[in-house]
Amino acid sequence: SSAADIISTVEFNHSGELLATGDKGGRVVIFQQEQENKTQSHSRGEYNVYSTFQSHEPEFDYLKSLEIEEKINKIRWLPQKNAAQFLLSTNDKTIKLWKISERDKRPEGYNLKEEDGRYRDPTTVTTLRVPVFRPMDLMVEASPRRIFANAHTYHINSISINSDYETYLSADDLRINLWHLEITDRSFNIVDIKPANMEELTEVITAAEFHPNSCNTFVYSSSKGTIRLCDMRASALCDRHSKLFEEPEDPSNRSFFSEIISSISDVKFSHSGRYMMTRDYLSVKIWDLNMENRPVETYQVHEYLRSKLCSLYENDCIFDKFECCWNGSDSIVMTGSYNNFFRMFDRNTKRDITLEASRENNKPRTVLKPRKVCASGKRKKDEISVDSLDFNKKILHTAWHPKENIIAVATTNNLYIFQDKMN
Amino acid sequence: QEKETVTPERAEEAKLKAKYPNLGQKPGGSDFLMKRLQKWQKYFDSGDYNMAKAKMKNKQLPSAGPDKNLVTGDHIPTPQDLPQRKSSLVTSKLAG
Repeated sequence: SSAADIISTVEFNHSGELLATGDKGGRVVIFQQEQENKTQSHSRGEYNVYSTFQSHEPEFDYLKSLEIEEKINKIRWLPQKNAAQFLLSTNDKTIKLWKISERDKRPEGYNLKEEDGRYRDPTTVTTLRVPVFRPMDLMVEASPRRIFANAHTYHINSISINSDYETYLSADDLRINLWHLEITDRSFNIVDIKPANMEELTEVITAAEFHPNSCNTFVYSSSKGTIRLCDMRASALCDRHSKLFEEPEDPSNRSFFSEIISSISDVKFSHSGRYMMTRDYLSVKIWDLNMENRPVETYQVHEYLRSKLCSLYENDCIFDKFECCWNGSDSIVMTGSYNNFFRMFDRNTKRDITLEASRENNKPRTVLKPRKVCASGKRKKDEISVDSLDFNKKILHTAWHPKENIIAVATTNNLYIFQDKMN
Repeated sequence: QEKETVTPERAEEAKLKAKYPNLGQKPGGSDFLMKRLQKWQKYFDSGDYNMAKAKMKNKQLPSAGPDKNLVTGDHIPTPQDLPQRKSSLVTSKLAG
């Protein structure tokens, strides 16, 4: 399959009934969960393709001789207000609001038109009839309702819909903008970290998200491993944070790699809004919003990579941006790794598990076998040594159903949907 | 006599510095950040190229060094530096 099929984002909607994926080719594919089958009570409905459309096209900035990639960086769903579904999708430069609607009936019996659309000669009409709606095969249509363009000089890395359901933010490397969903010709700049002299640039914005309940609060993470929480009530431009979350570093441990591996690739609030989770190159950290000086929990994703940093720097893997997600009850967190492995951490039991998303190593409808990486020394029978890991097989994007134990895991160009065993 | 244990990270750093002795000695903003901000491919601009050639009739054109992807004011992209153009769009394989 082609490079365009590389999956670049995965997101469940608020009910979990729909699952959207975006790819490098600028396309969105939406899957819908089947209604539960009463005779098959041992499994939940499967996800089938519901709609697919081209969200973004490649563009060329003639003034600067730069190509703008059509790759979809993020998709975020709006909560459902009526029969139609709405989502925001973004590439590096432009955010679009898409309406996805169903059509299952069509009008028939026009007086002046034939069924195939040709116009009838009015002089041949002798009687009048009332057109009626008749059922038709379900058609799912996607149409762009708003295009939010020209507000970002740098690459958009995040979009986040506010809990007021009227506004949303978009963040690039140096700036964050606030938009109203109805207004496309204006946005407010709420964070600007661009230095007057670019030679003084020391950090960039890596991710941003609105608080799930407080519509005035958002956070953004940086390439230096810090998270800033901002309150929009404090001032129009939130360059000064309300809170700064940063774990103190042990200066004796500092190396050339320290800053690179501390760069936060994703930040996600818990559903409760009390915690937030960050992902850096080697770990996942849970922060209590009331404690700025250190995370309350730290989970090692693949600590064995610490002694491979030299080669991971040379092959650029050290710059891979892994995402992370919470389950519906905030008790488990999940993130991806290499070799098509992904990891789950249970915050209550403190147990963790490594699973693999691959067709070769998993028979369908069987329980996934836990995997183990052998860091050094003698490798046990089912373990995989660090040197055998395939660093081209990376799981960067994962998503957890908002209510059930159903997860979506994206390998480079395949999507896996797993569910837990039901009795 | 104190035995200094080298952390795995420091050992990896030593490996890297042995391979690339000039690493981390560039003035100005961080290399990674600049690279990140200039992610988009830069195409060959014939105007720039010809003007640069005209200006430096007797000197050699600066060619892409090891930092090929880091486009600075001094480096004029040449046809050899350019990546291939994209292929045409088809339906995603996930859509069947």
